[in-house]
Amino acid sequence: MYSEKVMDHFKNPRNVGEIDNASGVGTVGNAKCGDIMRIFLDIDEDGIIQDVKFKTFGCGAAVATSSMATELVKGKTIQEALQVTNKAVMEALDGLPPVKVHCSLLAEEAIHAALWDYAQKNGIQIEGLEQPKNDISEEEEEEDY
Amino acid sequence: MKKMIYLDNAATTRTAPEVVEAMLPYFSEFYGNASTVYEFGGMSKEAISKAREIIADAIGAKENEIYFTGGGSESDNWALKATAEAYKSKGRHIITSKIEHHAILHTCEWLEQNGFEVTYLDVDEFGVVKLEELKKAIRPDTILITIMFANNEIGTIEPVAEIGKIAREHGILFHTDAVQAFGQVPIQVDELNIDMLSASAHKLNGPKGIGFLYIRKGIKIRSFLHGGAQERKRRAGTENVPGIVGFGKAVELALNSMEERAKRECELRDYLMERVLKEIPFTRVNGDRTNRLPNNVNFCFQFVEGESLLIMLDMKGICGSSGSACTSGSLDPSHVLLAIGLPHEIAHGSLRLTLGSDTTKEDMDTVVEAIKEIVTQLREMSPLYEDYMKKNN
Repeated sequence: MYSEKVMDHFKNPRNVGEIDNASGVGTVGNAKCGDIMRIFLDIDEDGIIQDVKFKTFGCGAAVATSSMATELVKGKTIQEALQVTNKAVMEALDGLPPVKVHCSLLAEEAIHAALWDYAQKNGIQIEGLEQPKNDISEEEEEEDY
Repeated sequence: MKKMIYLDNAATTRTAPEVVEAMLPYFSEFYGNASTVYEFGGMSKEAISKAREIIADAIGAKENEIYFTGGGSESDNWALKATAEAYKSKGRHIITSKIEHHAILHTCEWLEQNGFEVTYLDVDEFGVVKLEELKKAIRPDTILITIMFANNEIGTIEPVAEIGKIAREHGILFHTDAVQAFGQVPIQVDELNIDMLSASAHKLNGPKGIGFLYIRKGIKIRSFLHGGAQERKRRAGTENVPGIVGFGKAVELALNSMEERAKRECELRDYLMERVLKEIPFTRVNGDRTNRLPNNVNFCFQFVEGESLLIMLDMKGICGSSGSACTSGSLDPSHVLLAIGLPHEIAHGSLRLTLGSDTTKEDMDTVVEAIKEIVTQLREMSPLYEDYMKKNN
């Protein structure tokens, strides 16, 4: 069902944990649809993401996309981190089953939410960053019979 | 491959070696078509009769009330759609429950799109259908009540005798999906006033692809598959002779071992439930502690998501299942767990383990240790657990 890369990131998730006094923290998803992701960013004065950690409640794909997303933004500038789309996360994982695509969207949203929190805390505006939605579940399509 | 601990016997079971042995001659040796006139074809016909007799005896029915089908889902579809068609001049109302298998629920939804009305009864916190609600739901145009014998996810055994009595008193047909219960608990159709019953072989160590529908004599029910005259012209298609023979053998074995097996499985089941509840915090057992199938255990581990738990158990060679949304391809968790009143976030963290005749106490110990380790690991990763601990410390 999952690619080897997804399984690798699920079995050995990178950057699990919390950052005390993080520069930005973003939580997205909801318990109703079964996925919650929280991303912690440590951003230095030059706007470089020095450290990133995550916590996720969710399925195998949710854990793997969180893990991959943290790897993709670590050491990057804020602008580079904004370019980490759900598509990039999926490609880096060698794809996801169609029903799990929402997990990669969640990973993108979580990074954006953490960056938004950073911007709010520092009273700055980040070009190209919009206030993240709290809940992406409404975009999901109905099961068909 | 490392030792596998298979605890998904509600999904399917290992075909018993005795069953395979009984089936084998009917592939290459006695392969004749049962509908032919020559003696060779008669061998197949005889084998089918013998299996039908065993099965009829098992539920206290007559042989001409047992119709072989392709499995539980076909039996459910047939019972509902054909009853609806045959009795629509009497009424177009059907009563079922919110915790049925999808073979019933999706068929009911299809019937709703085709001019029928369906009432979906609530269940209590243990998954038991509320009889008062059933009585209230009955209308002059109600033609069918279909309630499962035992639930496939949480193992709750429904008050089938009472439901049958209510149905009979009101002159309404009563169908029960006994796919999970048949072979596990005694079933007598006359005592329980069951008019139709669905069952499947592969849930009781029989082969896949063979089931039956019991239809009480006198019930008007049309054929579902049109064609040849098999199954008293009600279900066309050349009989699956090896499957039918295997089903007969599986039923024979299941009946002979039922009492002893149930006792053994109940002990293991209760041991597993007790250890997990005692040793893992924020855990609940879904369904009734005692009024449940002997082989069914269903837990919810708070702050943990079911699919992750399943993959990690699989990595340790343990096969289980979950009512987690992620295992079904939809975003909503199990309709059964929601119907017993669990909130979504807890319903997402469910684990069903269903024991078999070869399950041992050592297996149970191994599983408890594995669950403990995995749940701890997943909780450490869970933002819900983090929030809970911060709030309560």
